[in-house]
Amino acid sequence: MSRQWSEHLLLWTLRGLAMVAGCIILLIGAFLAVESVPALREVGLGRFFSDTSWHPSGGVEAGSFNFAPMAAGTLAVTSGAVLLATPLGIGSALFCHFYAPRGLGVAFRRLVELLAGIPSVVYGIWGLVVLIPLIRQWQPPGQSLLAGILVLTIMILPTVALLTESSLRAVPRSYLQGAAALGLSRWATVWGVVLPAARSGIVTAVLLATGRAIGETMAVLMVMGNIVQVPTSVFDPVRALTANIALEMGYAMDAHRSALFVSGLMLLAMVVVLVAMSVWASERSRYA
Amino acid sequence: MNDKSVSIDRRPWTKRPACCESRDPCIEVRDLSVSYGGKLALRDVTLAIPLGCITAVVGPSGCGKSTFVGTLNRMTDLVDGCRVEGRVELGGHDILNGRTDLIGLRRRVGMIFQNPNPFPLSIRRSLTLPLRRHGVRNRRILDGKVEGILRRVGLWDEVKDRLDHPALDLSGGQQQRLCLARALVLEPQVLLLDEPCSALDPIAGGVVEDLILSLRGRYTVVIVTHNLAQARRVADDVAVFWVRAGAGAMIEHGPVESVFDAPRSEWTAAYVQGVHG
Amino acid sequence: MPDPSVSPLPSLSEHRVDWPDRAVASLVWLVALLVTGSLLWIVGDLARHGAPELSWSFLTDSPRDAGRAGGILPVVVSTLMILGICLAVSLPMDVGTAIFLAEFTRTGGLLAHFVRRSLDVLAGVPSIVFGLFGNAFFSIYLGMGFSILSGGLTLACMVLPILIRSTEEGFRSVPDEYRKAAAALGLSQPATLWQILLPVATPGLVVGLILGVGRALAETAALLFTSGYVARMPSSVLDSGRTLSIHIYDLAMNVPGGESNAYTTALVLITLLLMINVLTFWIADRWLHRGITHR
Ligand SMILES: Nc1ncnc2c1ncn2[C@@H]1O[C@H](COP(=O)(O)OP(=O)(O)OP(=O)(O)O)[C@@H](O)[C@H]1O
Ligand SMILES: [Mg+2]
Repeated sequence: MSRQWSEHLLLWTLRGLAMVAGCIILLIGAFLAVESVPALREVGLGRFFSDTSWHPSGGVEAGSFNFAPMAAGTLAVTSGAVLLATPLGIGSALFCHFYAPRGLGVAFRRLVELLAGIPSVVYGIWGLVVLIPLIRQWQPPGQSLLAGILVLTIMILPTVALLTESSLRAVPRSYLQGAAALGLSRWATVWGVVLPAARSGIVTAVLLATGRAIGETMAVLMVMGNIVQVPTSVFDPVRALTANIALEMGYAMDAHRSALFVSGLMLLAMVVVLVAMSVWASERSRYA
Repeated sequence: MNDKSVSIDRRPWTKRPACCESRDPCIEVRDLSVSYGGKLALRDVTLAIPLGCITAVVGPSGCGKSTFVGTLNRMTDLVDGCRVEGRVELGGHDILNGRTDLIGLRRRVGMIFQNPNPFPLSIRRSLTLPLRRHGVRNRRILDGKVEGILRRVGLWDEVKDRLDHPALDLSGGQQQRLCLARALVLEPQVLLLDEPCSALDPIAGGVVEDLILSLRGRYTVVIVTHNLAQARRVADDVAVFWVRAGAGAMIEHGPVESVFDAPRSEWTAAYVQGVHG
Repeated sequence: MPDPSVSPLPSLSEHRVDWPDRAVASLVWLVALLVTGSLLWIVGDLARHGAPELSWSFLTDSPRDAGRAGGILPVVVSTLMILGICLAVSLPMDVGTAIFLAEFTRTGGLLAHFVRRSLDVLAGVPSIVFGLFGNAFFSIYLGMGFSILSGGLTLACMVLPILIRSTEEGFRSVPDEYRKAAAALGLSQPATLWQILLPVATPGLVVGLILGVGRALAETAALLFTSGYVARMPSSVLDSGRTLSIHIYDLAMNVPGGESNAYTTALVLITLLLMINVLTFWIADRWLHRGITHR
């Protein structure tokens, strides 16, 4: 009797804990939504993209709430970083597995893992003190989209490299044997057999890295100059959505504060879409 | 085991070709020893594999059959800690020599494995990939070759409507024939088959076996098999391997009739008997 | 039989150079050098700028002159307090959820599916969004204000998916024979869990724990508006307190002339993370492999 009771208690405790863990994301979504309501109702979604500028502290009437330059900044820095980090990350993974002498490959993997563990503020301070002066010598002012892209590339490269590496490792040995027996060269094996076999893993890697790039705050905040404008060249300073929140949350009031939550909600939505896509990609490969 | 052929009932098209009677060697193996991480797996194998003939390699598990076959196209290079000594001559060239062009070697010496291992590509691309990599670019020629080789292995009618479907959707027997097609499409001189039928059901295995028989004369074939009846049906020559003093060795080699009906070694006699009885 | 369309059989002795492979190999080596170079550059720069100021008193002094001078003792204390709260809350949740996912959902089930998916999404949520949520929920709605408590709870939400993934892996690596043997002995389910499965699954839990601590230590954006900036020694968990990473950010961005101490703090942080990293490998190698060979 008491035994059954204790098993019941256990099961329901565990269910409860799991339920709470599962509900955190809903709670986050809910609080972001609730805090966004004033801005969405009073300012309206349209004005976030049609207003003339971003001067939100004036309040609902006097202020203007155009997110577009910052959305453009996020888009530009993310796509730049993903475009650079994808080939570099895949190259790193190929190096580990096919091109490096054995011991070196393992050592290189460790090194990439170290790179993955460096906090974003450290990348930020490196960008601030080392990278920006270098860019400034070339094209002032230095704080720029380019600096953001470069720092972000180094930050998301380990995500691409490590996830790609693990999907390369999962390619069955028999494929490699078959390719060798056909006299395929190393590159022909990689291009013709290994990369197609690992494709869904690589897609997942890139998607997750994209999510990481969209959400990154500190490094882009520290190196991109944070001027609200649509960039016309990579040397322009820009402000990303995340950096905007970090900069203004401290003093934002009322509609302004609420508008920041709207941008947070937008970030959350983008990440949900990316995660859903990567789940879909890996699930599809499982049944293929 | 199916005993539809205890006697040697060679089908008409499988007549021994003239070249086989002349017994010109295609591959000459001399004092071949292989060790894995210092442990000897194969000791002092010497034999000549005649051109255009089918040579079967038989013997109990672990006696080094796969190891032997793997040295003939240097698949052993893929194994860490594997050391190969001796000479293996193909067309007068010692392929164990460090300067051998491995890619060229493996194009001349194709290989089929026990478990069918088609690539995760479409049927068409499984065949065009090796062709493209070896210099065929023209689409028309590629298509022609794909059709030709699929007809050759009897797959064309089964797959002609789904050439762009994944090769992994095929049945085991079809996959194995596709692997055979993949190897044959490069027109190798030698084909190595490591237990090509043992993962297949008897009917699919029979289809593959007939295919192997049809290769006689055009290719030099080395087939590893555990099925002595099969060896008897397909082979011209048989090499019997055995574990002696902790390492594999070849204990008998000769034409199929003499090995099966008048074995010189008592082990061979017992082995052949055991499977017969 | 010779076919003009396939390149003629090559002579075996001539070694043809495979140009595409050569080209790709050089590219790949170049990438590896670039990546290695970047890491060395970053770490070298950190060591060069940070090491001169590093001393024992840097760890035991309070910051002076907005952090330009003095040490980081209160920052270290706040960091540890935030970390402590984060783990105190997330660990029980972690173990409970992981046991539920690994042991009670063999056949699937709606709740398990829901929990898995939401954790997947939670793992991808940007840290600034955690910051917004923590500010709205813990600091304002629950009235904790800018405090170590609010920061720790926000971090707990953030590291939870990492912990659970690894702990669940740990439970899944327990061989089924153990469960069968325990059932055959007539052990109750709670007893089986606590006395047999949990000890075997501990390495997974520890690895997750270490990864989570690493992530929490590195975090900045989620704490800006939850635990706040105050650099004084905290007297309770309801005080505001800044972590090492916020200290670095503040010195680098808001305090002219603060770079030098920012670098030194970064060096401390990196050293801490490196030690954690090495510890993970050590545990994973030693412990997990032993588990596998025992099976
Ligand atoms: N990769 C390897 N590493 C170490 N030892 C190996 C390896 N491959 C084979 N061996 C050893 O070499 C010997 C011969 O193995 P091989 O696979 O050639 O036997 P086989 O005759 O093909 O057996 P089977 O009929 O079971 O396929 C065995 O003792 C085996 O343990
Ligand atoms: Mg074998």
